[in-house]
Order: sequence, then C-alpha cells, then structure tokens
Amino acid sequence: MIKNISNLGDAALYCDFGEEVNKEINSIVINYFNNIKEKKILGITNIAPSYNKLIITFDLSLTNFDKISEIIKGINIKPYENSKNKLIKIPICCDDEFALDIDRLEKNFEISKDQILKTFFSKEYFCYMTGFIAGMPFLGDIDQNIRLKRLETPRVKVPKGSVGITEKFCNIYTFESPGGWNIIGNSPIKVFDKSNKVNPALINPGDTVSFYKINMKEYKNWNE
Amino acid sequence: MSNYNFQVLRAGINTTFQDKGRNNLYHIGIPFSGAMDNRNYLIANYLAGNKKNTTVIEFAYQGPLLKFNGEKICLVITGDVTFNIIKKNLNVEKGNCYQSYYLTDGDQIDILSTNRSVYGYLAVSGGFNVELFWNSSSTNTKARIGANNGEKIKKDSLIEILKPQKIYPLKKLKYFNSKIEQIRIIKGTNYSYFSKDGKKNFLEKKFIVSKLTDRMGMRLEGPKIENIVDTNIRSEGLIKGVIQVPPDGNPIIMLSDHGTIGGYPKIGVVISADYDKLVQLQPGSKIKFKEVSLFEAENLYKIYSMETQNILNQIT
Repeated sequence: MIKNISNLGDAALYCDFGEEVNKEINSIVINYFNNIKEKKILGITNIAPSYNKLIITFDLSLTNFDKISEIIKGINIKPYENSKNKLIKIPICCDDEFALDIDRLEKNFEISKDQILKTFFSKEYFCYMTGFIAGMPFLGDIDQNIRLKRLETPRVKVPKGSVGITEKFCNIYTFESPGGWNIIGNSPIKVFDKSNKVNPALINPGDTVSFYKINMKEYKNWNE
Repeated sequence: MSNYNFQVLRAGINTTFQDKGRNNLYHIGIPFSGAMDNRNYLIANYLAGNKKNTTVIEFAYQGPLLKFNGEKICLVITGDVTFNIIKKNLNVEKGNCYQSYYLTDGDQIDILSTNRSVYGYLAVSGGFNVELFWNSSSTNTKARIGANNGEKIKKDSLIEILKPQKIYPLKKLKYFNSKIEQIRIIKGTNYSYFSKDGKKNFLEKKFIVSKLTDRMGMRLEGPKIENIVDTNIRSEGLIKGVIQVPPDGNPIIMLSDHGTIGGYPKIGVVISADYDKLVQLQPGSKIKFKEVSLFEAENLYKIYSMETQNILNQIT
C-alpha cells in the first residue's frame, strides 16, 4: 500500500511505498502501475515505477495535484496478475574481452571467475524497474557472495550490451552509456528495439530474467 | 517523396526535429523530449499557420544554413535569433524573428546565432516529412528515436518539406522574450537532507549555468549545498525540472531529454511556468532560486498559459 503521497514539483505525484526494497514491495508498486495505466485517467502523462516509489506526472493544463491525488487514494487496485509477466532468457558471452571487471571481482571476493559466473547464472532475476536509459532493466537479487559497490570512478563509456552487477542488482546496458557497474559480460540480443512500436523494451517491470552463457562463436553469429 | 526540401549546407551545433514530445514511456526509460521552449515552439507554428503539434526544427547557439529547393514556402523563426535570408541572386536580407517570409527556389536561410539565449525554432507552413515514434517526431539522440533516425540534422543531408496545400499569408507579431535570473521552485522530496547553510545557499545565493549543459540537463556552479543525511538515495524516477544534488554539492537540473532514473537527493523542482525561461539561460548566466508553494505554482502556471494563449490569439 502507498504509505505517503506528496507532490514532486507542481506537475507530479510522488507515491512512497516505504523504506524497504524487496520483491514484495516492488510487486505492489508495479501492480499500482499496471492498474493506474489501465484506467487511462485524464491528464496523466507518465507513470514511473521504481523499487519503492511511483511517480505520476500529469498535464497541469488538464488537471492538478489535488485531483490526481484524490483519484489515486480512492483507486480500486485489483490483485496482482502474474500471468501478464514474462520469463525472458538472455544469452551472455563472458569472454575476457567483454568481462571488463571480472579480475577486480575475483580479487575482491577471493573466489574464481568460474565460481562467480556459476553463482550468477544459477539464479532467476526479477525486474524491479526499467529506465535511466531506454530499456535498461534493473534486476535482482544477486547472490550475497557476489555483491560489490559501483566503480569509484565510473566509465565514460560502457559498451552497448554490457551486463553489469552492483550491490544486489544486475543490469544490461541497452546503449553505450556512462556507467559504474561491474561488467561481467555482454549480450548480443536487442534488449531495446525501437522498431517494435508496441513493446520496444524486451524486459518490463515485473518480468523475470534468466541468463545463460554462450561462447564467442555463438556471440558473433548471433542472429535475431 | 516531395520535391520540396532544404539542403543542409551547414548543420549548426545542435539542430534537431522537435514537436510537443512523447508521453507514457517513462517506465521503459524514455523521457518527454520535445521542444525545450514550448512557448516559442507554439508561436512558430501559429505564425506558419500550422496545427500546434507540427514538427519544427530546433537549433541551439549557431543554427543551420539551409538552401530551399521547390516553388515557394512560408517560413518563420522564433526566439532571439540573428538570421539572414540570402536570395538566389545573392541579395542578403536581414531577418526578423516573429515575422514570416517567403522563400522561392534557390533561396537560403542562414541562422547565425541565438542571442543571449540558447534555443530558436524554424517552422515552415505545412511542416516537414518526418517519421513519428510513439506519436512524436521529437529527436532523442540518446535512445536514437524520433525523426531523422534519432540523430541531429547533419551537413549535406536533405530535409523533406511537405508541399503546402496553399501559400499561407505573411504574418507578423510583436513579441519580446523577457530575460530573468530568478527561477521559482518548489521544495524537493529530499529537501531535509541538506544542512541549514546548504539550504540557505540554495535559496539565497546565485548560481552560474556551467558549460556542461545540454538537452539532458543543466549543471550549475556556485556555493556548495552540503548534504548531512545521505548523498545517495535509492534509485527512483526523475521528471524534468528536478534539481538533484550529487555528492560534490553542485546542483544539476533535469531537462527534457533527462535519464528517467536517478539516485541523487532532490532539493527542489523548477515550477512549470518557469521552464521555458530556464532552458534559455546560456552558460555563464546567473540563476537565483525562489521558493513558492504548490498553490502559487499552480496559479503562476495559469497566468503563464493565459499569456501564451493571448499571444497566440493575436496571430490568428
């Protein structure tokens, strides 16, 4: 449930679902997102779910904070429909050429590269949110044993397709971008496809992702 | 394919197609985009006789040099812009903003600079032949979406113009862009993270717009805004106008092409009524923030909208 609603500027509603970040809280946020989206409320221009917040922007010439706030407080939220979310399998090549930070991770955890990757590949990950750059999924939770902070100095350019880990999350860089996550491999698949007008982002909030390893030959011959 | 076009002889610094922007895609990481200065965008389209969502060319600092191929079009430039019309016989006529002109085959339009401002707009009657992505042509170079394959307009390319149904009459509007230093804000959701002196600096001292400013964001320099709680928050959504303060204490204002998720505390949000004026502040300009209530911000937006409508009513 929403713990608190406040205004973010004069044209957005800031819904706070509490301090904790876990799949349960985030699923409630995503459920609100799906329900509000379906209702097509006059004046709402964007609904942005994140770990434990939901930001709703609106057109100030059509509505205002009080009106949208009342609607959201009184909204009837249907139970979570799991069937709408997908399981997506993502191939990654972890050859040294792509695994930019694997040596650093090996040193930090004092476990072998193989062990780090084995741990990483053994789990399914939940998509908490999508964004920062178009289509970038924020996935979790990675195993306790392979959690590390961001780089002290972020890279100016992280290559497109890079798969990174930081703290309890992993992500995929859908475009070349600045970034500070620990890069362990690269995926050849299109995670953001602008030619898909209906659903350009492959991974949406609430989806589940599993990764599998491919070799360099498979990577280079990847054909969607 | 229309045989009306502009040949790009010089592209300018940051020349893109823009319209009103696109909605409902924040949740997959795509911001509004759209014309930065909405009022000047609307005036350009009204003066050219276009519907209000018609695509225009936005330029920053130095604009493009374009050669017109076709019979005749009506064109208008808005903002605070110095430009010339170079006729086919090479006669040069100094152009005035907020006044439409006819171009005939072989004429050129040379947009030299935006003066004491950043963005200017070029509209042609009938608009441009551009591809829409999610109902908008707005160029987002980061996600490579919008008109021109999501890229800036390049030298030697051709810009297709939709052949006008009829030649629109020439129009003229008396309008001046007022300059302001004061930007009004509403307190942000992490306002309490900052020290007493930090808050005082934020609301009482002047900041300078740095060179690290583009369609994504505006970085400011000035007195440090000290954070006494946590220099990071859990990543959450951003909207345009949000003022984030990273650990170095220098505020960053999110603009139309901003990243949709961020993890720095939000000290304030620029009110909607002041956004057009904010984006026109050049690097080196001074900014002073003033806090207003939500109620005041809503009223200021009503006044801003009424003023805009009054200007547009003078045209038609």
